[in-house]
Amino acid sequence: MNAYVQALLGILLSAILTENFILVRFYGICPFMGVSKRIDTALGMGLSVTFVMALASAACWLVYQLLLALNLVYMQTVAFVLVIAAIVQVVEMFLKKFVPALYKALGIFLPLITTNCAVLGVTLVNAQEGFDFLQSVINGAAGGIGFTLSIVLFASMRERVSKADCPAAFKGFPIALVTAGLLALAFMGFSGMKIF
Amino acid sequence: MNFKKQLKEGLLTKNPVTVQLLGMCSTLAITTNLFNGLGMGLSVTLILICSNVMISALRKVIPSQIRIAAYIVIIASFVTVVDLCLQAFLPALSDSLGVFIPLIVVNCMILGRAEAFAAKNGVLASAADGLCQGMGYTVALVAMCIIRELLGAGTFGGGLLNNGEGFRIIPAQYPAMQLLMPVGGFLTLGFVIAGSQWLIKRIEKRKGGAKV
Repeated sequence: MNAYVQALLGILLSAILTENFILVRFYGICPFMGVSKRIDTALGMGLSVTFVMALASAACWLVYQLLLALNLVYMQTVAFVLVIAAIVQVVEMFLKKFVPALYKALGIFLPLITTNCAVLGVTLVNAQEGFDFLQSVINGAAGGIGFTLSIVLFASMRERVSKADCPAAFKGFPIALVTAGLLALAFMGFSGMKIF
Repeated sequence: MNFKKQLKEGLLTKNPVTVQLLGMCSTLAITTNLFNGLGMGLSVTLILICSNVMISALRKVIPSQIRIAAYIVIIASFVTVVDLCLQAFLPALSDSLGVFIPLIVVNCMILGRAEAFAAKNGVLASAADGLCQGMGYTVALVAMCIIRELLGAGTFGGGLLNNGEGFRIIPAQYPAMQLLMPVGGFLTLGFVIAGSQWLIKRIEKRKGGAKV
């Protein structure tokens, strides 16, 4: 296997497991806590985020090259946010027109994604690491898969925890955060794992 | 506007972190020592005041259909200014907060205050709201930092006091390093929120008791 493919696989696996976007890097905690009460909505959110993240990584890579050429790198945050907002809007309109079934399933999550820091986070990391086009897209997609994995796992834990008895002060969010802590503990097992 | 009420809401009853549960990414990620917590808290407060003032001043000009996009551009501009200032004047802080400074743009607390308060109220009240909510955020962050740093590294004031070493309170072999890791972030925030829920309930109960 040549070195470039190995590097791509490394990015893929580390974004999903060792550097999981939610449980290790803390990007996208708001939807992680907000949309994880049921497994099916969690899955819907995860899939839409994955799609937008891959798309945003590709678009922001192009924009970043443009900013580099124009010597305007300090504008990257503003530019990336605008690109992401535009992508989310376009995806929403596209789905509404051409894939209404999918739009019905994902519709309510799409506007929320604009302010999901996992999306902006991945584009900033891509720029920081100096990834090329393919690496950026893979990092975006893999980050989204990692997001989906942890949000679905967390939702299934939460469905159970909600039925359990706990001290009054911990009802609701605190116990969910403790649950998330235990999930993060499990993901710590992946840290230090060297891929290739 | 009632400043005292706003202050109480920001610090306790409507605290952005422990009650409204906004802006949790940065709360969990950077609260590993006092320097990070204070730096992040103050940066967010400054950005929140500026963006609240600007959005409030422009609230009659911005058409409501594109208001979210307009807010995001305003917020992103202030974040960029703060980011560049930190890189120039406080490079140590800028390094340790890393990508979480530009990520303030999508901190839902700032957009949330813009939409919930600045878009409906005057400039002065919005500035006060930014100050109070920002202070509530900073206090919650600093509380998390103190707990995590004390239990995780055994020090107080790391990065800031005692030439950046912090004061050692627990001998180096005892602290549980896990508290500085992601696990500790989730657990500490869980306990801090539980603590604030307990406190708010207690205050309400006491008030109810006084009336009877």
